[in-house]
Amino acid sequence: MLAVKLAFKNLIGAGLRTWLTAAVLSFAFVVTVFYNGLLDGWNLQARNDTQAWEIGGGQFWHPQYDRFDPFSLQDAHAGLSLEVQRLVEQKKLAPLLITQATAYSGGRMINVLLKGIDADQRILRLPTSCFKTDSVEIPAFIGRRMAAAMGLKPGDALLVRWRDQHGVFDAREVTIVQIFTANVPSIDNGQIWLALDRLQDMTGLHNQATLLVAATDHQTPIELSGWIFRPPSFLLKEFEEIIRSKKVGSSIIYGLLLAIALLAIFDTQVLSIFRRRREIGTYMAMGMTRSQVIGLFTLEGGAHSILALLLALVYGFPLLRWLALHGIGLPEVADAVGMTMGEKLIPVYSAGMVLFAVALVVVSTTLVSYLPARRIAGLKPTEALRGKVQ
Amino acid sequence: MENKQIIDINNLVKRFPIGDGYFTALQGITLRFVAGEFAGLVGPSGSGKTTLLNLIGSLDSPSEGSVVVLGHEVSRLSHRESAALRNYHIGFIFQTYNLLPVFSVYDNVEFPLLLQKRDAVGRRKAVMEALDWVGLSHKAQSRPAQLSGGECQRVSIARAMVKRPELVLADEPSANLDAKNSHHIIQTMKRLNRELGTTFLFATHDEKVMGYLDRIISLDDGRVARDERPLCVNEAQSDSTAEENGHARRQARI
Ligand SMILES: Nc1ncnc2c1ncn2[C@@H]1O[C@H](COP(=O)(O)OP(=O)(O)OP(=O)(O)O)[C@@H](O)[C@H]1O
Ligand SMILES: [Mg+2]
Repeated sequence: MLAVKLAFKNLIGAGLRTWLTAAVLSFAFVVTVFYNGLLDGWNLQARNDTQAWEIGGGQFWHPQYDRFDPFSLQDAHAGLSLEVQRLVEQKKLAPLLITQATAYSGGRMINVLLKGIDADQRILRLPTSCFKTDSVEIPAFIGRRMAAAMGLKPGDALLVRWRDQHGVFDAREVTIVQIFTANVPSIDNGQIWLALDRLQDMTGLHNQATLLVAATDHQTPIELSGWIFRPPSFLLKEFEEIIRSKKVGSSIIYGLLLAIALLAIFDTQVLSIFRRRREIGTYMAMGMTRSQVIGLFTLEGGAHSILALLLALVYGFPLLRWLALHGIGLPEVADAVGMTMGEKLIPVYSAGMVLFAVALVVVSTTLVSYLPARRIAGLKPTEALRGKVQ
Repeated sequence: MENKQIIDINNLVKRFPIGDGYFTALQGITLRFVAGEFAGLVGPSGSGKTTLLNLIGSLDSPSEGSVVVLGHEVSRLSHRESAALRNYHIGFIFQTYNLLPVFSVYDNVEFPLLLQKRDAVGRRKAVMEALDWVGLSHKAQSRPAQLSGGECQRVSIARAMVKRPELVLADEPSANLDAKNSHHIIQTMKRLNRELGTTFLFATHDEKVMGYLDRIISLDDGRVARDERPLCVNEAQSDSTAEENGHARRQARI
């Protein structure tokens, strides 16, 4: 208690220097929380969106299927067993058939994936019920990005050409009945969604699918013979790796801020122990042990972190809270990066992350305060009292 | 009580390493102090006064011989034990006051009691009493920077006395003070010596201080040259006679 009081009095007594250091330290803290919160928020949002729109509770893949190799689609399909069909009936699985195709629109030609999905599925948020229309022959829906890229709007028709199971080209006109908006580019860019039975007819792949999307609360056995289960953790691996690398990247920013503050504290400590020898000697003469004096100086340096956290509470808390409530708008960037990202990123500050940031600041500050203070251990009380440097 | 041995120094030698060899700062010192003494180490600069005081305060340890303070052989104490000895039994007064600038007068005086982990009520009572002894109750909330030199030294006397130690070691306590303040602080200490029976040991050049001492040990080149008890010092002596005594001694030298 005495040490705490003395540490704070000495610290506050040092005036501007202390507050400057504490300000930089608090800034490092707030930026740490902000960046990590932003990335965590992005991660969470992306995970939720991806699950809702694309992967559900995981996917059962045909063994040949490789999501990064469109040519694998040629052979990556298999018939649905009775067991699978039963699970589909129960809305526990949604089969997807995927075929490579070429689309022509407004004199442009692009490679697309045709994705067939059951009009009655309820696992993914895709607007599949729009397939239930008689007004057009082949209803299709696409995502906002695709629509923008090809200049399509609801009601537009476009020609698609694909190879059927025998490798024979065929072409039909499909009509866009709806354009959906989702934060998940991987179900949007270069993709045209059709009704599953229609695509099966077009390709001649009756009752076949490339993969099966499991319901989020799926009770299906993880083993479905002939299919390989890919849990969300697998399907989100790349994304999480990107988030992780972004975390490392952003840590450089706050790491730098932290380093500046720590350097200032280290410097203050070295100077204190050099200048305040007589004071150290006086503590010893009054009956403090060396380790108590070391503790005192460590605490004094470490208390910078408490001041910094208080400062952060004053300006950082409202700021971070405001950002969490209002989100951070990223109008155009999102589409450009091709990653799952909402129009607004909502930072999420988990207790664990904030505690980590607090610990980072407190521990590192205490450490750089302790290292110079350790030198007191080698100081004789008599030398200290004379105020001379050994 | 009056005859209780406080300090027992036998054949003390203190050497400091210098370059390849040693510098002998104290040699063959044998001294004894009993409770209640008001004694001073005098002698030219470099004669070893501070060195001896540091050894008695267990801030340093002897090269040879023994220093027994309050029954503790200083060289055998661990860091922790010697810190505890100082914490509970020895008060220090420095030439440069060495007050904590960020603390108020009150906080400075309270410091040793906080180290002893005394309870709040006991602390408050002891601090107010100590401030009363030195006549600074009204400055309890001032900062050292707002005080005169004499007042600072009185705060440091209160700080040394607040824990009611058996022994107070004062190294040149009046060296930074003018004559009036010097007399004042010595009189204060003399009074505490009489009223509380605290043993005081000074290191001093100051003739004004010497006038109040009931025992003067002259050091010369690390040895005890003289150990004398001025005649006119006795229990009933008033402060003014001590002052006169000082004058008389000065005049005698001239
Ligand atoms: N740590 C040390 N290392 C080497 N020599 C020392 C050390 N401390 C003291 N000395 C020497 O020991 C001698 C006695 O020093 P001390 O400080 O005790 O003198 P003093 O009587 O207090 O002098 P002053 O009246 O000037 O304060 C001096 O010559 C000093 O240089
Ligand atoms: Mg000296």
